[in-house]
Amino acid sequence: MFWQQVVNGIWLGAVYSLFALGYTLIFGILDILNLAHGAVFMWGAFFGLLTVTRVDMPIWIALPVAMLVSGGLGILLDRVAFKPLRERDAPHLAPIISSIGASTILISLAQAQFGAQVSRFPPDTFPTRIYNIGSVSVTLLQLVIFVIAIIMMVALRAFIQRSKTGKAMRAVAYSERISALLGIDVDRIIVGTFFVSSALAGAAGVLLGLAFSAISPFMGGPVELKGLTVIILGGLGNIEGAMVAGFLLAITEVLSVAYVSSDFRDAIAFTVLFIVLLVRPAGIFGQALVKKA
Amino acid sequence: MSMLQRLRVVTFVLLLAAVALVGAACAQPAGQQPAAQQPAAQAPTEPPAQAEPTAEMAAEGLSGTIKVGCAHALSGPIALYGEPIQNGIMLAAEEINNQGYLGDATLEIICEDTAGDKAQSINAFQKLINQDDVVAILGPTLSNSAFAADPVAQEAKIPVLGSSNTATGITDMGNYVFRDSLPESDVIPNTIQVTRDKLGYDKVAVMYGNDDQFTKSGYDVFKATLDGQGVEILTTETFAKGDTDFSAQLTKIKSLEPQAIVVSALAEEAANIMVQARQLGITEDVRFIGGNGFNSPKLAEIAGDAAEGAISGAAWSIADQSQENQDFIQAYRDKYGSDPDQFAAQSYTATWLMAKAIKDANSTDPAAIRDALGQIRDFPSPLGTFSFDENRNPVHAPVVLVVHNGEFEVFE
Repeated sequence: MFWQQVVNGIWLGAVYSLFALGYTLIFGILDILNLAHGAVFMWGAFFGLLTVTRVDMPIWIALPVAMLVSGGLGILLDRVAFKPLRERDAPHLAPIISSIGASTILISLAQAQFGAQVSRFPPDTFPTRIYNIGSVSVTLLQLVIFVIAIIMMVALRAFIQRSKTGKAMRAVAYSERISALLGIDVDRIIVGTFFVSSALAGAAGVLLGLAFSAISPFMGGPVELKGLTVIILGGLGNIEGAMVAGFLLAITEVLSVAYVSSDFRDAIAFTVLFIVLLVRPAGIFGQALVKKA
Repeated sequence: MSMLQRLRVVTFVLLLAAVALVGAACAQPAGQQPAAQQPAAQAPTEPPAQAEPTAEMAAEGLSGTIKVGCAHALSGPIALYGEPIQNGIMLAAEEINNQGYLGDATLEIICEDTAGDKAQSINAFQKLINQDDVVAILGPTLSNSAFAADPVAQEAKIPVLGSSNTATGITDMGNYVFRDSLPESDVIPNTIQVTRDKLGYDKVAVMYGNDDQFTKSGYDVFKATLDGQGVEILTTETFAKGDTDFSAQLTKIKSLEPQAIVVSALAEEAANIMVQARQLGITEDVRFIGGNGFNSPKLAEIAGDAAEGAISGAAWSIADQSQENQDFIQAYRDKYGSDPDQFAAQSYTATWLMAKAIKDANSTDPAAIRDALGQIRDFPSPLGTFSFDENRNPVHAPVVLVVHNGEFEVFE
């Protein structure tokens, strides 16, 4: 049972990390806690679902399509909810409130369009294959999602560290004004950040929609809370931190169910969060990686 | 001519006019016939025979629009259940008005959104009672909301009829509080009895949502029934609303090798539990047994093959062949293009019960409606032959269903 629980934890950790990646990216670079991330994640799942059911495309086309469209939605979100505030030098709290409003609007639109009921991808979208290694069972889908999550993290990190745009992003994270003086098109970088972050959210939406067969306008809520925990635990804006914290939170949860009681699952997970923050107030990985320029 | 005689003449003329109007109204919508006739079939002699004497007894009778409030969750996550509930109410109201069930009076349903939230439910009740002057309220959706909002109706002496509140103690709130939803305490013992006779299990694992009145009170009844029957509960696992990953709990359950898994959850969560259990290698001879919450077409739709063999205790069955039920299902499909679930069947019945109470009371006085509601016995409905007991709780036979080839069938 122990190894199955470890596998469960790693799998759940991949889920949390996948969601938290884009979440922490916007915070790290733009200093915005984008509470509409969960709504973009939800729309990503629906974009994927529509591509599969209405346009009749296989899932490996639906995934990039959903990422592109979600990325576009992210840019729209920035133009409508954040840019006007930025231009007016609004106080720090304003973008958070604005993102809550955007989130409510996006969720209501989805509910008007798709109704409140739960939908799922057609059962034959992804082959159901279960591998039994000793007493441990893993599905092909779980393996694929785990691998995709790792690839995305590595790619995102390489992009931020190596690419020219990535370097510009880090410069913007350090100081928007200095970046502008150095000739970086700050607005273009912000658009790019929203695109990448929202595309990641869309990918997470499609993959989790596939994994849990629970696509609904409200699917973002519970994940958003866990995602917030993960990015705080990992150090706000820190990409590896979010990844490691995702696994840590998930394994803590799974083991507390296995060896204590499912009644105390969240209590134990949040106690761990509390203790970590007491010892390291800035999260496990301290200062935002992207800002260490 | 005495005053009384004059009144009689006026009443008679009014009555003639009313009959003519109703006749004209009936003749118009030709397409409505099959659906519109059904509940009238239960009392075919009523409208013509009773209209005259009652109209004479109470000079004001029933006329104009009678406002009935509907307070359900139409936005937010609970709208999942609020939508079919509202559909059921609107379908029933349309039938009641189309067939002139209330003479020349028509039912006007005024809907307020509770969003599944306690504070919003209280606001909805207050608006319906104080601003809209409704004579009765149908709702709210959740037992949680009912505990918050029903006292408002009780205080204002407006009858409130819940169609989806199954937690213990709902009708204890006062003599104006009714429900037509069979509580888990009626459904579950029957389910356990019937399935144990057939499957003969004596070691089970239990799972339930611990942050919701409905699933929690379902769990309490399951536990009491299992203990009472000497069934050993190997482990009790909990989860929270909105959870999608249950593999940790299921892995633990698998290692304890139960003969069946008892789940108190709503269909969407239950479906995910079933899928993940089968993926983790819990074999198909370990059946899933649940209460009212399982009874939704969504269960098999989401869980697919994993739902095969799942057993649901329920207050209503789509497989029940009674005329009232088949007519209801057909009318619902025609209007909304999908199958009704239990929530829709119960809210549809609630609306008809309310109409019957208004008709029996022959008055729009809330106290009179309350009295008439409490008197309803043996009313033919999609839920079966329906009565209220002296505590304003429903009395009708529960059923046990099993998923077979993706559809609910009666478990035998």
